[in-house]
Formats: sequence, C-alpha cells, structure tokens
Amino acid sequence: MGGQVKFIQGNEACVEGALYAGLGFFAGYPITPSTEIAELLSARLPQKRGIFMQMEDEIASICAIIGASLTGSKSMTATSGPGFSLMQEALGFAVMAEIPCVIVDVQRGGPSTGLATKLSQGDVNQARWGTHGDHAIVALTASNHQDVFSITVDAFNFAETYRTPVILLFDEVLGHMRERLEIPQPGELPLVERLKTALPEGVDYHPYLPREDGRLPMSDFGGVHRYNVTGLFHDMWGFPSENPSIVYGLMRHLTDKIEHHVDDLTRYKEYYADDAETLLISYGSSARSALHVVMNRRQRGERLGLLELQTLWPFPSELVREKAKNARYVVVVEMNMGQVLQSVKSAVDRPDKVSLANQVDGTLITPTTILNILRIIQGRGV
Amino acid sequence: MTTSTISPKIIENFDLYAPKLVSKEEFFSPGHRACQGCAEALAIRLMCKALGRDTVITNATGCMEVISSLYPTTAWNLPWIHVAFPNAASVGSGVEAGLKALRRKGRIPDKRVKSVAIGGDGGTMDIGFQALSGAMERGHDLLYVCFDNEAYMNTGIQRSSGTPFLAATTTAPAGKVIPGNQVWKKNVMEIMVAHNLPYVATASPAYPIDFMNKVKKAREVNGPAYVHCLVTCPTGWRSPSDTAIQLGRLAWETGVFPIYEVEDGKYRYTLPVPEKRRPVEDYMKGQGRFRHVTPDQIKVIQERVDVEWEALRLKVENSQSRTEIRERLKK
Repeated sequence: MGGQVKFIQGNEACVEGALYAGLGFFAGYPITPSTEIAELLSARLPQKRGIFMQMEDEIASICAIIGASLTGSKSMTATSGPGFSLMQEALGFAVMAEIPCVIVDVQRGGPSTGLATKLSQGDVNQARWGTHGDHAIVALTASNHQDVFSITVDAFNFAETYRTPVILLFDEVLGHMRERLEIPQPGELPLVERLKTALPEGVDYHPYLPREDGRLPMSDFGGVHRYNVTGLFHDMWGFPSENPSIVYGLMRHLTDKIEHHVDDLTRYKEYYADDAETLLISYGSSARSALHVVMNRRQRGERLGLLELQTLWPFPSELVREKAKNARYVVVVEMNMGQVLQSVKSAVDRPDKVSLANQVDGTLITPTTILNILRIIQGRGV
Repeated sequence: MTTSTISPKIIENFDLYAPKLVSKEEFFSPGHRACQGCAEALAIRLMCKALGRDTVITNATGCMEVISSLYPTTAWNLPWIHVAFPNAASVGSGVEAGLKALRRKGRIPDKRVKSVAIGGDGGTMDIGFQALSGAMERGHDLLYVCFDNEAYMNTGIQRSSGTPFLAATTTAPAGKVIPGNQVWKKNVMEIMVAHNLPYVATASPAYPIDFMNKVKKAREVNGPAYVHCLVTCPTGWRSPSDTAIQLGRLAWETGVFPIYEVEDGKYRYTLPVPEKRRPVEDYMKGQGRFRHVTPDQIKVIQERVDVEWEALRLKVENSQSRTEIRERLKK
C-alpha cells in the first residue's frame, strides 16, 4: 500500500480498478445507478490513449466490447438491471466464443424499470442463468471500495486467464456511497495480461485449441492470423460443427474451465466464522450491515460469525459447507427474495438450519433488522 | 411562405388554432416535477390539448415519465402506459392493433382512439430506433412524437445521437484536446421521410400554435405519422430557465433547427421564413454547453448549418408530393 488516497464513490473505485488492470476500451450506455462509470471513463480513457465509446443501447455496448476485446484490448461495459437484461444474448455469445470481457452490473430494484435509484441484489441468478443454454459463468462482488477496486482487478485477471466474460455485481449503495480508497502502487496487485499466441504469420493458428494447462492463446483479430469466430458450436479452428463429439467436447470445455477452477476463482472474507454458533453469509452492501452485527454481538460475547462471499459464481459450495459445518444457525443476509439462499441450502449438510434475513424494499438492510430477524430465528422472540 | 397543400389525404388549410380557440381542458395537469423552465413539459401539455380525449399515450422511459407519475400522483388525464426504454413505438403499435381488433369485434364503442407514442431523443433516436422504424414500416395508425432535448437528461446529461456537434455532456466532456461531442446530430427526420410516411414534421413549443396544428394534423392522418419536437432543457443545456422559449425561437431563426413538414413527400416551411438568418452564435452563446466553443469552431458549425439550410430550401422548392407525381405520370 502507500498509494494515492481518494475519497470517492464505489463507481469511481471500479473505474480506478479497471484502469489499474489495464482497461483499454469501454463501451456503454447511460443508466442509473452505473452512469458514473461511463462518465468518468469518457474523460479518463482518452487520456490513457484508450477508447471510450457511447453506444446506442446496451446490446450495442456489450457487442462493441466483444469486438474490441478480440482485437486485443482489455474491455469493459457497465450497466444496471434493464441494460443487463438486454445484454444477455451477447453475454452468451462471449461465453460461447470465449471472449474475455468484464460486465459491470450496478444492481437496482427490478424487474423492469423497477427502482431506478434504489438498491437490490436481485440480479444474482440472472448473472448465472440470464443467457440461454448450459454454460458456466464468473460473477464477483464486493462490499467496500477497497474490495471493489481489487475485485475489479481480479475480474480482468479471471477474464484473461479463462477467456471468459466476468460479471461484477455491485449495487446502488455501493456505487454511490463515498468512502476511502487507497490505490495500490503499480505492481502491488498481480495483473494477468492477454495470453497471445507465439505462432508467427503464415503458421496455422487454432483459436480454440487449448494448451496443456487449458488456456487458449489468442491472436489479435484482424492481425496476422485469419480465423473464424462464431456463436455456433465450433471446432478448434472456430468453424461451425454439429458433430456430436465436438459439441459435447466444447460444452464440457466451457463448463469445466470454470467449474474445475472454483478454488482459484473463489474470493471471500470471514470474520469469526470458525467458532460461530450463528453464521451469517452475506455479500455486497448487505455484508456491511451483517459485519456490524457480528462485531457488535461479539463484544457482548455472542458467538456470531460472518462469511462474506465475493465470488458468487461459480458458487463456492465446498467453502460454504466447510464454514457452516459447526454452526447451529446459518443465516443468509441478502436483498432479494433468497437467491444465494438457495445455493447455500444446496451446499450445506443440513439445509433446514439455513434461514433468510432479507429486505426487498429498495433500502439497505440495517443491523437492527438483521438482529430482529436473528432473534426470531433463534427462537428468542422480537 | 405558402401554407396551401395539394395532398388530398389531409385537410387543406390547417391553420386550425388561434390562441383563443385552444382548449382550456388540461390533459397534462400542473403539479408535475419537471425542472423550472422545462420546455418539454410545456410541449407535452400543448400536444395533449391538440390530441384531445380519445387518445392513448405510450411513454418511453425518460424525464417525462419520471416527472409526471411520481407516487401517489399523476399528471396524466389520459390513459397512459410507461414502458421500457427501447420500445414505446412497439407498445404503441400493439395498442393500436388491439384497439382495432376490439372495435371490429364490437367490444368497445366504434370511435377512433388514437395511439400516440412519445419518447425523448435517446428513446427515439438511439435505443428506440429499431422499434420506431418497425412501427412506421408496418403502417400502424400511430403518431410518434419525439421530444428532443438533445441528450439523456434523465440520467444526468449524457450524449445521445441527438446531441449537437461540440456540445459538452457528461460522457462527451469538453476538454483541452477533445472539445465536447465529436459527431453531428442524427437527422431522424430524413430517415422518417425515407419510410414514406404520410406526415412528418418538426416543431417547437416556442411556436405553440404551429406545434399544435402539426399534432392535430398528424392525429387526423389515418396511418403512421412522426413529429420531431425540439425542446429546450435549461438543466442540460446549462441555460437560464427563463430562456426556454427564446432559445426555441433562436433555433429556428438561426437555422440550427429548421421547422418544416413533409406531407406525402412534399416539403414545406410552416413558419414565416426569416429574411436573413441570424448567426448560429446568437443561439449558442446563451448555452453553457457551448461555452468552450471557439470562434473557429463556430465557423465550422455555421458552414454546416448553411449547407443544411440550403439543402432543405432546395427540397422545399423542388419536392413534389407523391400524388402530384402520380398525376403527372398519368398525363
């Protein structure tokens, strides 16, 4: 540490993280509460010889970053719920064509226009299953600006490592709240650069032929190699194929490259989780309230703990099972109707001990609300 | 200029309104939350007066949706549906087709209820453009009114394809190297004309009678019609809130935003054409979004406005309606 200190919004922290990670191209469309990301990058990116493009809608935005990413730029777009819905088709394309890119969803209340200026965490399952067809996806989140910064860097690293779109699920409170951010020195956080093919011009390049370690070297699209990119099932040359063994092989590859690296992809924080009688599981801005409850109750000797998830997809089932093993109560604190709750229930040994403490009225769940719900769960009355 | 029309489809001399004859009935009531000096709210109010009671409004997401419908109140005394950002024209199409079907089956009284879709410049020219083109192409009995305040004002002044060249917005900031928006405003009017619509017009609430006449005329058209209305936004244009009408007039007097109509393919000015156009500087100097623009850059804009003005003048002078052309070919 010891870098520049700023007092900024979460959206700005995301911008700082993206620039730190080497963002070269941003395409976006205004939508509350994510607009600040586009606004800041419209000024900051050209100064770094990067490209900022405002598109005519979110479909165009994600498609533009797919195109730009193929040509060799680290690319990102930012939106909120309605825009994220529009992006789903192209998100599936990025999964299928294995194009590294980062999609920021600063969540607001939904469905539809919903609560344009209020928060929710209702897009967790949309991030997982919004686009059609079987696929694996990476979705990350954070609860404070320092973590927003570092998880944004992680998002770019994962995108490049696994050649996959990565979704950052922030929310309105996180995006607009101001707090301290200390920007790490260059080199302090590891950066994964694009793995480029070593093949020279004139040698056949296979865009979808994994190396031994499973990574796929890329060649800048429009550069020295001529190759095919498609959203159809394709072989190692990128040409469409309906051959069942190729279709099956690609489906396995797309799933396994994520699901077999859950350990590497998992980011989390824990507070007194090991000896917790009541374990709270939370993420994003609701984890701030949960953390307050834990710290407060620990001082009074109550055995509360918090597991703060930063990787939501692929869901860290092993981790959750392990941490929840000795807890008498497991309470998922989130601001939706129980989206992570379902994943936690299917991960733990005894689903009946898992409860939900949620709030879905567009305002941040408070420590008092969590405490009241805890009293009910623990059978102590309100 | 002449206001006579040869097209048989539409009532000829359409100078229907005089200030005294304008309805006192309000279909867009006061008490909404628009900013001080919002010309868009004024335009909506005038539009609703011209449309009258038998109207269904489909409203794309935007300022007007937000300011007119805050719980527990509404400014709308008409049936009103707010839809997602990209598809006011699609929902308006569905409303029109649905009403037609119900009328045919005798489920609702047999009277014409006009489906009107409205949207801002972003909801019309950017994200809603595909829906608009589709609705116009299918030929619904639909009036689409675009209220163009030249940026995404609702989310905080981001550029749209309606934003003029060099205007500063939050996503096209004016810096030392890049002075604001780098592309020219999209000419949606010409695209709508290319759809062969019976009626296409530009208007401004700074000329209320002209605007209302156009809305009324577009309402009478049995088919698709498009009205493009330039509305001053003091918040986004960084202009004093008492200059909304003044700026609207200057837009026409300088030729930055020509006010005309295209009926059955025939171009026509609808306001007395200024003998001598004022320099574009007169229009730009009252607006903070152009504060950074240098005299050299103003020359570039002036040149463009001159060329576009002349191109339009040639169309007004030489264009013929489809009906005229048809009759000429018969001979």
